Amino acid sequence: MVRDPRLPEPLNWGTFTQGLWRDNPVFVMLLGLCPVLAVTNTAMNALAMGIATTFVLLSSGVLVSLLRKLIPKQVRIASYIIIIATFVTIADYAIMAISLDLYNALGAFIQLIVANCIILGRAEAYASKNQVVNAFVNGLGMGLGFTFALLCLGVVREILGSGTLFGLSLFGADFQPWAIFVLPPGGFFVLAFWLFLFAVVRKHRSHSRIQEQEIADAA
Amino acid sequence: MSDETSPLSTPANPGPASLILTLGIIAMMSGLLVVTTYQVTKPIIAANRQEALEKAVFSVLPEATSKVNFRLDEEGLRRLEGDEMGQANLFAGYDETGELAGIALEGAARGYQDVVRILYGYSPESECVIGMTVMESTETPGLGDKVETDPDFLANFECLEARLNEAGTAMRNEIVTVKSGEKTEPWQIDGISGATVTSQAIGTAIRRSSREMLPLIEKNKESLKRTIDE
Repeated sequence: MVRDPRLPEPLNWGTFTQGLWRDNPVFVMLLGLCPVLAVTNTAMNALAMGIATTFVLLSSGVLVSLLRKLIPKQVRIASYIIIIATFVTIADYAIMAISLDLYNALGAFIQLIVANCIILGRAEAYASKNQVVNAFVNGLGMGLGFTFALLCLGVVREILGSGTLFGLSLFGADFQPWAIFVLPPGGFFVLAFWLFLFAVVRKHRSHSRIQEQEIADAA
Repeated sequence: MSDETSPLSTPANPGPASLILTLGIIAMMSGLLVVTTYQVTKPIIAANRQEALEKAVFSVLPEATSKVNFRLDEEGLRRLEGDEMGQANLFAGYDETGELAGIALEGAARGYQDVVRILYGYSPESECVIGMTVMESTETPGLGDKVETDPDFLANFECLEARLNEAGTAMRNEIVTVKSGEKTEPWQIDGISGATVTSQAIGTAIRRSSREMLPLIEKNKESLKRTIDE
C-alpha cells in the first residue's frame, strides 16, 4: 500500500539512518556541494563545517517542527528561511568566539549555510510534517551523514595535499605534497572518487540483496 | 484519515493579519535569539581579535615585551586606551627595560585573489623593517601562501632597509620586491618564484605604508620614546 506522504512517519531506526546512508545528502542526493568542495581542504575545516551544519539542521528542524501547526502554508518558506538564518547567525558568532583561525579558514561558507539546500529541504520535506522527536533524530542523522561526507573528502585531501592529518605530519619532511588536492580541482577529483566508490558499493549491495531474495524464494 | 490528525489542519485561507502576525512573531523570536548570541559572544570575540593582534605585534617585534596602541595621523600622535584600542594604526613595542623595541604598522595591498593585509615591525633605531607577518590573506594554498612560511622569503625581513632622507620627509629608497635571486640592494625584497604576485603585494604594502607613516613617526619620535615608563 502506498503511504500518503503528507502523513507523519513513525519513529524508527530508519529515521536516523536515512541521512547516514540511504539518502546521504552528499553521496546519494548530491546536495550542498558548494561547502563540500570549498571547505574540505583540511580535515579540521571539514569537521567544523559539518558540526556547524548539523547544529543548524538540528535546531531549525526542531523549531520548524514545533511551530508546524502555527505557520500558515502561505508564509512557510519565509518563516523557515528566517529560522534557518537565525541559527546560522548563532553558529557564525559561536565559531568566531571559539577560534578566529577556524573562522578565517571557513570564510564566507559559514554564512552560506543559509543557502544550503539540505537544510531548507529537510525543513520543508520532513520537519514541517513530523513530530519534534522525529525531526530531531532525522536532522541528527542527516547532519552526521553530511559531516561524514565532508570528512571523507577532507581526510583524503589533507593527507595527499599537505601530508598531514588534523595538522599532524604523517610522512616526515621528505614528503612532497600534491598541492592540487588542497586546491579547488582536487575537491572535484576526490568527490568523483568517493561518488564512484559509493555507487559501486550500493550496486553490489542491492545486487546481493536480490540474489538472497531469489535463494529465499527458491527455498 | 480524519482532519484532526492531519498535520495540514491550519485553515486553508488565513487572513492577511494572521499571516503578518505569524511572520512578525517569528522575526521577533529570531531577533531575540540573534541579539542574545551577539551580546554573549561580543566580549569573547573582541578578546580573540585583541589576542591575535597582540600575538602578531610581538612576532614582528621580537624584542618587545609590552605594547601601547597609538593613532598617528597628520594631526599628531594620540595614545589609545580602553574602547578606543581598536582604532590604532601604530603599535609601539617596549622591551623589559622600557626602551622602544620597535613599531608595528599595518599594510595592505592587492594580491592574486584579494587584498593581503600584513603587519610589519619597524625599528627607528636601525631604520630597518625587522619582521613581517600576514594577518589576512586568501592567496592560493601551496603557491601564494608561501609568503607566510617560506624561510628564505621571511629572511628578507630580518633587516630590510627603510631609511628616510636627510630631512626626514620621504623615503631615501622605496622598498620594492624584485624577482627571486635578483636582490642586490638592502631595501629590496627577494621575491618567491611561483608566488610573484603575492610577494610583490607584500612589497607594495610595506612601500605604501612606510612612505606615509615613517616621516610621521620621525616627527613624533621623541613622544614615542617617552611613553616607556608604564
